Amino acid sequence: MELLKLSHVSKAFGKNKVLEDLSFSVTEHSVFGFIGRNGAGKTTAMKMILGLLRPDQGEILVNGQRTEFGQNRISQSIGYLPDVPEFYDYMTPMEYLLLCGACAGVPKEESRIRAKQLLELVGLAEADKRIHGFSRGMKQRLGIAQALLNRPRLLICDEPTSALDPAGRKEILDILSSVRTETTVLFSTHILSDVERICDKIAFLHNGRIALGGTLEEMKNVRKGNGLEIEFLKPEEAEQFLTWYPGGTCVGGGKLLFEQKTEKDMAEMMQILWNNQWLVRKIELLEPALEDLFMEVVDHEAAKSIYE
Amino acid sequence: MKQLRAFMNKEFMECIRSGKMLILLILFVLFGMMNPAIAKLTPWMMEMMSDRMGSTGLAVTAVEVNALTSWTQFYKNIPLLLIIFLLLFSGILTTEYQKGTLINMITKGMKRWKIIASKEMVMLLCWTAGYWLCYGITYGYTDFFWDNSVLTKIWFPALCLYLLGVWLITVILLLSTIFRSSSSVLVMALGIFAVVYLLGLLPALSSYMPVRLMESTGLLTGIEGADQYLTAIIAVLLLSLGNTVASIICFNRSEI
Repeated sequence: MELLKLSHVSKAFGKNKVLEDLSFSVTEHSVFGFIGRNGAGKTTAMKMILGLLRPDQGEILVNGQRTEFGQNRISQSIGYLPDVPEFYDYMTPMEYLLLCGACAGVPKEESRIRAKQLLELVGLAEADKRIHGFSRGMKQRLGIAQALLNRPRLLICDEPTSALDPAGRKEILDILSSVRTETTVLFSTHILSDVERICDKIAFLHNGRIALGGTLEEMKNVRKGNGLEIEFLKPEEAEQFLTWYPGGTCVGGGKLLFEQKTEKDMAEMMQILWNNQWLVRKIELLEPALEDLFMEVVDHEAAKSIYE
Repeated sequence: MKQLRAFMNKEFMECIRSGKMLILLILFVLFGMMNPAIAKLTPWMMEMMSDRMGSTGLAVTAVEVNALTSWTQFYKNIPLLLIIFLLLFSGILTTEYQKGTLINMITKGMKRWKIIASKEMVMLLCWTAGYWLCYGITYGYTDFFWDNSVLTKIWFPALCLYLLGVWLITVILLLSTIFRSSSSVLVMALGIFAVVYLLGLLPALSSYMPVRLMESTGLLTGIEGADQYLTAIIAVLLLSLGNTVASIICFNRSEI
């Protein structure tokens, strides 16, 4: 089922067109990665879904209902984690979550129980001090807790990992992937390894529209064939191997790199190695990196705009 | 109702934990005591200065102070107190915009008008409590040192100045829904006050202008009657209501 659907949404701030005819949809219980450079319009799109900004054109449906600017009725079924979540610093996490609960219309006792569970989930159960002294990572985790408080059907996270160190990033990603059974996650980022780690579907936002979108598998198949790398024990073996199986390039240190090879090619190479009774340090079919795909999309679009 | 109560609690918590409440309490008490104190000390200060002034040729006769001196001080000092009050609360909405703290509340389904209503109620409650505390202290000391009964009206002129404060609070709130920084809110509030003040100088408009309420000291001695201030009071109440409605409309339309 499509939980979120954007059709032909456009938004401009003055003369600056941020989004142009943006359309995509998110299915229920998936983790959707929204990728784009800084300033690509990810935050703008998210704020429009939440009803905090008014779209110039187009329609946004959440759970079949149209979002409205201003007093958005359906915003109660959406949880939102802003890129830099800001809280009332003079409150403790519990006080803050109870305030959020009251705003969302959750009964006080229920809200207290839920808040306790969530603080446990995000690892802040012991942090009974004012938010004022919280680190960035702690604030980000409290941000997730407040976003999940009213059991939203859609959780929108705006670059939740951008400002964090690797340990903090891993914690946030683990929390996000642990809640996918309860909710649907739309999450924006420019860190591609995060996307590869937890997303089911992704969309590249570039120049205000979706330049490329689909499941992670589909994305990887866009680039036909993978690279293959063999690392020999001695550098001269690498050169010798090239005479039997040409097409590779020496990348130094006894390593050979072959572009666009399939598993069948790999079997052939292993046959040659077996026939000669050669041992290698490593033979690896390289996974296509989203990084390359992202750069291709960006370069391609940039090239197109030059010629236009 | 629950949302409103929760948000008002939050506002009070902010006032208390940020120390704003303490500052206000100290100021209102201090100003309340200062009015009669200055009146009490005036003859003594005059005496101290009389020697020096005598040498310059100015003759100082014995100054007589009474309850009126103390109340005149009250009306001189309250505008300063009001300015401090407005300065302290000028960022009540703009800091939330700047920090983005309202986003979490609004996306939770908090009604926008309740945010405005709770902020206005908290400001009005603080102003009301502080102002009448200050009034009470001045009243008590003045009655102790002299006698308040020599004055014809005491609470009515005080009410006039109080209502001026109410109007300015609603002006600050309305400007906060339009501008994004507290400095622009203050500058615009000053501008509005200046315009209203200048309009008040026109004889045709003077009795309708909120600034008319600042001249209410004439009521103390009975030179003027309360009925001469009625139109200004009604005008101020209507303007405050209008400001509140406009604040809600502006805030509903603003992109956050």
